[in-house]
Order: sequence, then C-alpha cells, then structure tokens
Amino acid sequence: MSRASLGEYNDLGDRWFIEFMALCAWPGTVHALAWDSPLTRRVVMTNKKKIQVPLQADDIASLCAGDGVLLSGTIYTARDQAHLRICEMIEAGEKLPVDLDGQVVYYCGPTPANARAIGSCGPTTSSRMDPFTPAFLEIGMKGMIGKGRRSTEVVAAVKKAKAVYFVAPGGAGAYLSERVKSCEVVAFADLGPEAIYELVVEDFPVVVAIDSEGNDLYAGLQN
Amino acid sequence: MSGRTVKASDIEKAVAKICLEANTVLREDVLAALEEAYRGSEKESGPAAMLEVLVENAKIAKKTKLPICQDTGMAAVFVELGRDVVVSDGNIFQAIDAGVEKAYKEGFFRKSVVADPILRDNTGTNTPAMVHIDPVEGDKITISVMPKGFGSENKSAIAMLNPTSTPKDIIDFCVGTVKKAGPDACPPYVLGIGIGGTMEMCAFLAKKALLRPIDKANAKSHIAKLEEEIKVGANELKIGTMGLGGDHTVIGVNIETAPTHIAGLPVAVNISCHALRSASITI
Repeated sequence: MSRASLGEYNDLGDRWFIEFMALCAWPGTVHALAWDSPLTRRVVMTNKKKIQVPLQADDIASLCAGDGVLLSGTIYTARDQAHLRICEMIEAGEKLPVDLDGQVVYYCGPTPANARAIGSCGPTTSSRMDPFTPAFLEIGMKGMIGKGRRSTEVVAAVKKAKAVYFVAPGGAGAYLSERVKSCEVVAFADLGPEAIYELVVEDFPVVVAIDSEGNDLYAGLQN
Repeated sequence: MSGRTVKASDIEKAVAKICLEANTVLREDVLAALEEAYRGSEKESGPAAMLEVLVENAKIAKKTKLPICQDTGMAAVFVELGRDVVVSDGNIFQAIDAGVEKAYKEGFFRKSVVADPILRDNTGTNTPAMVHIDPVEGDKITISVMPKGFGSENKSAIAMLNPTSTPKDIIDFCVGTVKKAGPDACPPYVLGIGIGGTMEMCAFLAKKALLRPIDKANAKSHIAKLEEEIKVGANELKIGTMGLGGDHTVIGVNIETAPTHIAGLPVAVNISCHALRSASITI
C-alpha cells in the first residue's frame, strides 16, 4: 500500500474501511483470518455500505457484525452525564429534551469548534455507558457509535431491540472531524463537552460491532 | 538573595506553549513507532490500514492545529526545579495552572476537569493540573506536560506483589492489565510501569516513565530485559491496533524503579493509548 499524502486522506478513509471490513467479516474469528486470502478480498468488495441515519429497520436488518459502513445524516452525541440525566428523566416520567426514538447516539465529547463545524471528535469508551444502554434502547434508540467492548447485557438488549452498535476509529479525532458537517447543542448545554449535540455527518466511517442478531465483533476479546 | 530569578509569567507562557504543542503535535518517537508498526504490518491488512489512518490523523492535527484526540486530557506536569531558581511575581503552582488554562482556551481544547470527584462540576479551565515538583541542582527549570486521556487512564492498575515474586509474576500482572484493557483504550498501547517504592511513589513512577522516549530502554540491563519481555508478552495477546489483531498491541514499555520495603514489591501499570502526548521546555 502506498502512503497517501495529506491531501488524499479522504480516499484513505474509504480504503481504511474497506480493509477494516475484510478483517471483521467473520465475527469471533477475527484473529484467525488470512487477511490477503481471495475470500477476504471478495467480502471486502461486496460489503461496502453507505447508510443514511436515522436508521431504517431494513437497513439495520441488513447489517452484520464486521460490516464497514459510511454513515450520512443526523446523529446525537451523549456520554456519561447525559446518559445519567436521561435515565433519571425516564424514571421520573419526564419529557426528554431530545427525542431519541429511532436515533443513533454517538459516545463523543468533542473539542470546541474553531472556525470549523466541529473540533476533534473521536469516540469515547462505550462500556461506561453499558448500565444506561438498555433504558435507551427501550425508548427507541436504534444505534450507538463508540469504541471497545460491551457487556453481555448490552449485547442481549441490542438483539432484543433489533438495534446496532458501531465502532469508530479511536484516537483519530482530527481525522473524524473532517466528516462532520455541522454541530449544534440541543440539550444539557450546562454540561459543556458532555452536552447533547446534534451532528450532521457525511460518510462517517464505522464498523458494525454488534448487529441486530446479537453477533459481537469483539466476542473473542472478552475478559 | 542569591540565585537566578524567573518570572512567574515566563513559566505561564512556557507551560502554555508546551500544552499547545503536546496536544497537536504527536511525539516524534511515538509517530516513528506507529510508522514502523505500519511498515511491519502485513500489506493491505486492516491493522496496516488503521495504522496509516493514525499517522494521517497526526499529520492532520499538526497541519490544522486540531487536537490529536478530542480527549485533551488532564495535564500531568513534571517540574525539575533548580535549587538556585527564585520565582518572582507569583508562585509556580499558580503560574502552571495559568499556563494550562491559557493553552486550553486558545487551543480550543476540551475542558475535562471537574472540581470535585463526587459533585462533578466542570472547572471550565482544565485546571488544576497535576503538578509534581522535583528539586534538582542548578539554576534552570525544566517543565514537561503530559495531557493524559482517561480512556487509557481508566485501564491502569497497581498491584502490591510479594517480595518473593519473580520477574514472571511482574510480567503476568503487566500483560494481564493489557488483556483487561482489550481493545477499549485505543491500542497499540504504551505502558508506563513503576516498580518499587511505596504505593503512591510506584504509581507516580509509572506515569513519569511515559515521558521517556519509547525507543530508549532503561539504563539498567535487567530492567531493560523486563521491558522487552513485557512487550513480547503483551504482543502475544494479538489484540492489535484497534482490536483488529496483528502484532502491535504494545509499541513501547518504559519501566522506572525505586528502592522499596523488604515486605513488598509494588508494580503499577499506567496504560497510554497510541496518542501518547507530552512536550518539554527548559527555562
């Protein structure tokens, strides 16, 4: 693979996700794959998916753990404190400040924008949101974007809700910033970086880590 | 009063400068290790492509001044304070915090610090910094800033091993800590490891070890051997870049040691993600 120059990194992103797909084509056997086998390449070339968000039920059903996906449309950020508040509001029967029914939630606390749509904006560790995730799924959330493993409870809840969990490349926040077209605070502004932001994304590169059948990309890496 | 006078405002400016640098310009040794990992990965494999993204991310950050990672961290600040230095017009702790605040505001970095761990109100300034002052000979001040994200900080661990524990026991604890971190904290990791001292000294050494360039082994050969063995053991886990497999779970292991007690053998592992950031300056 030749090294891309700085001006070509958008192409690089597409190549990344194609390669990433190759790795992840068979859940649970990720580390045993022969990366350069003809079969891997075939899966790579047939699995490329562009998906609109919010997600449609048939799109969710078509996604398998390991699929590389480019998301375009609207998503909402939420991390620890926003999750806590939303769950407290659900429990108290209060009206939520943002309707998450059918939406995708991104575990992200971006840096402030400086003459750009958004600052650096990679994913944060998903497992901290595990205790709150079943409640979010029960109010209709259909997708999550983060990084790393999820609990067995979350895997089961994703399957039950016919939802999907994606992972985005961690520690590449400057890179991902290029894929976000707008960012607006919609709730909990007092939380600063932990507020809920509405993001409009274009070709945001993710990989399906848990699909609606409950297949888990990281099943082989559980402790 | 004898000694060299350094103005607090000059310390503030220096800290701001290296905070800005650390968050936007990836360390040369770390970038070189990522590039080497990329070259050493199977061509056109997922891990290779991912490592290439990380190298590109570093280039984009340097060019655009965007932070390398949105978690611009809590600032750990290490100061080697010459005994002949006199700080004028303020005190060094306030000057360091003022420098951190200035950089996080001007650099549009995320403010991730809460004033109270229970009440959790954001200070809005990313201060206070975690400041460690080490008195040294001379009339210079050397300051190093390490903005440490908490994705990897959360995966760090300490063990109070028995004094009769073997090097293998140490390796098993360190490799086990990496296994527990799994793909969650942005591998390939760098491990800062403290061995010896008291509990708090051991943890401090683990953090400080991350300041050393990752291509420089510990000067003591038996410790350098341990560094290499831990690296080999961690890489046998095959977690790989972003959990995609391959040979690069850990790209660096730095150990610092201290004398310890006859009854114990403390070992602390401070995990860093691949975006190990720090910068230094001497005044």
